[in-house]
Amino acid sequence: MLPRPEVTPLTEPYWSGLAAGELRFQHCRDCGNAWLPARDECPRCLSRSHDWQVASGGGRIISWVVYRQAVHEAFVERIPYNVAIVELDEGPRLITNVDAREEELAIELPVRLRIDEDDGLHLPRFTLAGGRWSR
Amino acid sequence: MIAGVGHTAYGKLPGRSPTSMNVEAVRKALADARVEKDAVDALFVKYPTSGHVPMYGQVVAEALGVQPRIGGVWDQGGATNISMLSFAAMAISHGQCEVAVVTTADNPRTGTRQAYERAWGDDAPFGWFGTPAGYAMIARRHMEEFGTTHEQLGEIAVAARRHGATNPDAQLRAPITLEDFTQSRPVVDPFCRDDCCLISDGAAAIVVMSRERARQLGAPAPVPVLGFGQGQTSWEVAQRPTLTETAAAVSAHTAFAMAGIGPEQVDVAQLYDCFTITVLMTLEDYGFCRKGQGGPFVADGALQLGGALPTNTSGGLLSETGMPGMQLVLEGVRQMRGTSVNQVPGAQTCVVSNQGGIMHTHSTLVLGQE
Repeated sequence: MLPRPEVTPLTEPYWSGLAAGELRFQHCRDCGNAWLPARDECPRCLSRSHDWQVASGGGRIISWVVYRQAVHEAFVERIPYNVAIVELDEGPRLITNVDAREEELAIELPVRLRIDEDDGLHLPRFTLAGGRWSR
Repeated sequence: MIAGVGHTAYGKLPGRSPTSMNVEAVRKALADARVEKDAVDALFVKYPTSGHVPMYGQVVAEALGVQPRIGGVWDQGGATNISMLSFAAMAISHGQCEVAVVTTADNPRTGTRQAYERAWGDDAPFGWFGTPAGYAMIARRHMEEFGTTHEQLGEIAVAARRHGATNPDAQLRAPITLEDFTQSRPVVDPFCRDDCCLISDGAAAIVVMSRERARQLGAPAPVPVLGFGQGQTSWEVAQRPTLTETAAAVSAHTAFAMAGIGPEQVDVAQLYDCFTITVLMTLEDYGFCRKGQGGPFVADGALQLGGALPTNTSGGLLSETGMPGMQLVLEGVRQMRGTSVNQVPGAQTCVVSNQGGIMHTHSTLVLGQE
């Protein structure tokens, strides 16, 4: 079974958003900063006043790795698999997986959100926005 | 001045507690400095990753039978040891203590290595686990931005393994070729096994005091501390605005300014090599080459004995011991004393780096000669 996130009052809007089919990020009402993962305070102006906004779904790849050996039993059958850093068009960055062949991955590549239901979890994953890319 | 150094055996030390290993390393460091333990009035201890013990500094002080005026436990991950050394030096220069012991011990090899394999919070469902993957993220970005190749990273491992092969204290005394390197077991792309440091039990300690106190106590071979610095990146890898630059630049700038030298005056380097990419980026951030030029800089054996900048002359974390950092300070001291098994002829200045987390924390030490 995939490891479960620890859902807290702070992160509940994030996970319930995914279950409702949308990727939400925090937005500061005072300075306009946008970020993930969830925090109590804006890391730029330290305000506690924030709301949740819905990501448009566009983003780009900052970097990625490919696991050749599993560190957790849930991933033994999944190797090799990639883990990527994606920056959303709105600014926040998240750890995710990109559904693409290894040789298609590249930094700055545009990607598109796809919320997967996987092992009972709703996870924000990405596909290549431009279809198949060649470098 | 670093007046004395000591260490345990490196590798698998079953049955040894961190406290027992700390005591052994400190006993040897005091003997090397020819200082009685009653002279010790400061004790700085790195926390062991294999198990958290509240107020661990007091546990080690009791085991050593000393009553420090100042000290405790510090946690910057792998940057801790040089940072503690610098706090000890600052405390000495402000009259807070006279003879400081800085010590580190850990047993992740026979104890638990959970600190290095943990999931990164709520990102575990994506399979995001472990320290190697964090560094691999940075390495991939560097390769894509600057054209750095895995073979260039391999030059760093080949140099370390060559040096470690002649070090009788090294945990892994097996030189490798570039071909061996690229064919070692894939772990997490772009890293294979030989990109990654050893996992080791062991301890190392140093004795720090002023030049005047070293003379009074008759320390036979004190090595001057010319400069030190620190810098911290703080953001997790996923949140870091730039993956290919680190606070190592801030740390080195502070240390070089204090020492009154620049990277061009460094004869030998001991650079924290938890992963090959760490050395490459430290070389860039320290100014040994321009940002992005680390790959060409390390090619053709530049880091090997006889190369442009002999680096990790005792084998580093890749070959001597995977312990976080103090062993690099010890090798810096040996180079300045002229006693390294891979001595750089005529070396006058040595720079040492320590680094923690996924390039979160950094500390720099510049050693010289009397």
